[in-house]
Amino acid sequence: MITIPYLTALTTYFSYGLLFAFGQLRDFFRKFIDWWKASNLQGYAPICLGLEDFYIRRLYLRIQDCFGRPISSPPDAWFDVVERVSNDNNKTLKRTTKVSRCLNLGSYNYLGFAAADEYCTPRVTETLQRYSASTCSTRVEGGSTALHVELEQVVADFVGKPAAMVTGMGYVTNSAILPVLVRHGGLIISDSLNHNSIVNGARGSGATIRVFQHNTPSHLERVLREQIAEGQPRTHRPWKKIIVVVEGIYSMEGELCKLPEIVSICKKYKAYVYLDEAHSIGAVGKTGRGVCELLGVDTADVDIMMGTFTKSFGSCGGYIAGSKELIQYLKYTCPAHLYATSISPPAAQQIISAIKVILGEDGSSRGAQKLAQIRENSNYFRSELQKMGFEVLGDNDSPVMPIMLYNPAKIPAFSRECLKQNVAVVTVAFPATPLLLARARICISAAHSREDMVKALEVISRVGDMVGIKYFPAEPKKPELEEGRKKSE
Amino acid sequence: MDLANYVPSAFTSLLKNATELITFAYDVPFARAVVFGVHIGGHLFVEGLLLVVIIFLLSQKSYKPPKRPLTKKEIDELCDEWVPESLIPPVTEEMKREVPVLLSAAGPHTIINGKKVVNFASANYLGLMGYEKLLDSCTSSLEKYGVGSCGPRQFYGTIDVHLDCETRIAEFLGTPDSILYSYGLSTMFSAIPAFCKKGDLIVVDEGVHWGIQNGLYLSRSTIVYFKHNDMQSLQSTLEKVTQDNKRAKKLRRYIVVEAVYQNSGQIAPLDEIIQLKEKYKFRVLLDESNSFGVLGKSGRGLTEHFHVPVDKIDIITAAMGHALASEGGFCTGSHRVVDHQRLSSSGYVFSASLPPYLASAAIAAIDVIEENPQLITKLRDNSQILSTGLLGIQGLELASDIMSPLVFLRLKTSTGSLKRDLQLLEDLADRVLKEHSVFVTTSKRSIVDKCNLPVGIRIYVSAAHTESDLQKACESLKTVAASLFTD
Repeated sequence: MITIPYLTALTTYFSYGLLFAFGQLRDFFRKFIDWWKASNLQGYAPICLGLEDFYIRRLYLRIQDCFGRPISSPPDAWFDVVERVSNDNNKTLKRTTKVSRCLNLGSYNYLGFAAADEYCTPRVTETLQRYSASTCSTRVEGGSTALHVELEQVVADFVGKPAAMVTGMGYVTNSAILPVLVRHGGLIISDSLNHNSIVNGARGSGATIRVFQHNTPSHLERVLREQIAEGQPRTHRPWKKIIVVVEGIYSMEGELCKLPEIVSICKKYKAYVYLDEAHSIGAVGKTGRGVCELLGVDTADVDIMMGTFTKSFGSCGGYIAGSKELIQYLKYTCPAHLYATSISPPAAQQIISAIKVILGEDGSSRGAQKLAQIRENSNYFRSELQKMGFEVLGDNDSPVMPIMLYNPAKIPAFSRECLKQNVAVVTVAFPATPLLLARARICISAAHSREDMVKALEVISRVGDMVGIKYFPAEPKKPELEEGRKKSE
Repeated sequence: MDLANYVPSAFTSLLKNATELITFAYDVPFARAVVFGVHIGGHLFVEGLLLVVIIFLLSQKSYKPPKRPLTKKEIDELCDEWVPESLIPPVTEEMKREVPVLLSAAGPHTIINGKKVVNFASANYLGLMGYEKLLDSCTSSLEKYGVGSCGPRQFYGTIDVHLDCETRIAEFLGTPDSILYSYGLSTMFSAIPAFCKKGDLIVVDEGVHWGIQNGLYLSRSTIVYFKHNDMQSLQSTLEKVTQDNKRAKKLRRYIVVEAVYQNSGQIAPLDEIIQLKEKYKFRVLLDESNSFGVLGKSGRGLTEHFHVPVDKIDIITAAMGHALASEGGFCTGSHRVVDHQRLSSSGYVFSASLPPYLASAAIAAIDVIEENPQLITKLRDNSQILSTGLLGIQGLELASDIMSPLVFLRLKTSTGSLKRDLQLLEDLADRVLKEHSVFVTTSKRSIVDKCNLPVGIRIYVSAAHTESDLQKACESLKTVAASLFTD
């Protein structure tokens, strides 16, 4: 749990209050000016009413250059960030032709498959020639090629389940599977910090949704007991089925899920477990098979395992793995399988080749090297950051490390200063995180070498001193807490 | 005698006693007092007594049965007793059906089970699959950027090809700006909730596909359906809803239609829709997945087909997995529309971006369309040949428009249940594949799909099909249908 120091909370509230006040002042003047000019809406209601896009217009647009930076090279350990200029105070940004070579600490490239790989890329090009870039049809029509069948078998074996189903996008997998599994009359209990795709899928299903405190198995047990005893809202009929949805690694916290306890509670109360391994498949575990391997949970205990291929395999798409009957049923009813174009054949080949490399079936030990490298890198980086005095979240072995910033002024300061020194970081604020808890998120990859990480640590330490985010005492120096500079109008 | 006299006399004596008592009460000293100029009579005592009794009764608490929360033991018992449904219903025969597996690219001719077949099941309308220029641009993209983009658009997932693709699409269609999505299905169900919130009004055709239905459900707005492709029904619906809701200022109102419907192959009459839209002040959301690159003289879609200026449509979305032989989707409109989606559209913000080689495939495909407009005329001729060739088929009728590249055949008389219809059509498709080597498919329906249009055989015509392919398809379908529907 993140506990924010009182003084920092006070200054953060003050900063947001100031920004809000000035935003309202500008809106007031804008209303005045618009009243003089004729509106071109001609009787239609405006697309955004009133305060709906206040945050975007008055807060986000000021620091727009920290987000959405285009790149012109593959997202490997070092990449080229395109520079952008703005003539109207950050309202619009134009690309220039200048690029700067930066160290990549933001892309999800856990095993280093992002750029052209010596084993994967020739095979992908061959598949492209043979099957072309897209199948232009759904899996149940003309879109099932022999490659798709092979891919599903390979994924099922890798994950440790009897059968698997692959779709072309990870987000759609969650949004299209949950409505099919649970309908009205069922209950979905999801972790409070679950990803937006799970929230959307749960909402689209029509089932009742309850939330339990992040990663707290005791609270989950309490919620389960209460809900089973009460039954459906208002009618108090017993629930048709209960599904508990958790993630392997939470992308904004870097924490691992407490899977053994949650699985034992669900078994006791006869609820089904749905595990979303978007960030953990391929990145944790001795052979890369995800949190189940890392925490020692039998894959037969988890009813539905879902994951994506974007992060560790350098491709695109998502999968669902489960028993043979489950997959047969899903292939018959799931809209992502019936209505959506099947996964692009080159992407499918990339996944198959990446899995082969990880398992060592390509004849080399690159897979095992990559897995050991990422574990070593994550642990080294995290311990160094903590030694320097930064507040870093997340568990050991997890390649995602958020560094707390809190104050809204530090977000653009950190981001821009790091970019000046050729380190590209990702900063996240409201609404992806709670209002007070803005952070910078670092994703370590197996492609980072020791020198890269030492350089990154130097730069982050220097910028951290400048911006004042070393909230904890550094070892072995004495602590010196500075407050961040407030944004002045 | 005595008794008869006794009762009245006893009664009268009782009455006399009572009156004496009452007069006594009236004659009590302060009973006739004057306080503050008000005469106080003895009746005040009786009234005072009544007031005390009333107050006493009101102050009594009403009876409520005591609240007893469930004890731990009772909750344990309930938890033990509860039996959940199984995760999935039992697997039936039709779920075990295997789909045909292709052994080569899904072009106009493909290989299934070792045999060469004519492929009418891929929406490869302009025959761009396997085109040299596309494959070259994909290969160079793969070698430069790798396969995936490893991040969402906001966090270093924006590669310069994405931005180039967006400008190219906007240039081609003549709109100010466009935005790329990483999957065709997620385009609609992310775009609609970004614009429509709770309380808004949406009038939508009843035959739209699942992506749109899901988007409408997630937006939590008021949804009103009108009859499939029926302009009269649309007009009466618009009339009715405008009558009911007079607060036009704060209410956003949309009409959602598809250009060529996936579930029936019909083409929406855009000119009439524009007239109705301007009369009733609704915004139009158009899904051009099956008409982009197909309709119109140069392939710019439904707006060119009906000679409507493209800025009259507020939001146009399309999936690129059809005519452009790529994957993903896009949405175009004014700057306001597109910029709004960059932060509020969940499928754009919370998902990884499109793989760069697919974006470069899309750019190459648009270049090819601009340079070779004869592909579009060839496609139109092919669809006309096929549609007219299938007119006399037994047991089935043509549900789609003659100009549409998606030829939809539905049963003339339904068997009564969706399952049996589907079974019949699947038998037809299987026999056509086995006996005549022509690959066609039936339209599928998911259990979460709310569309009620009839199922049918879907034939995707491509510009790469030759006349002999089309003749073969017509003949084989007619033969098998004749044998299937006469017995």
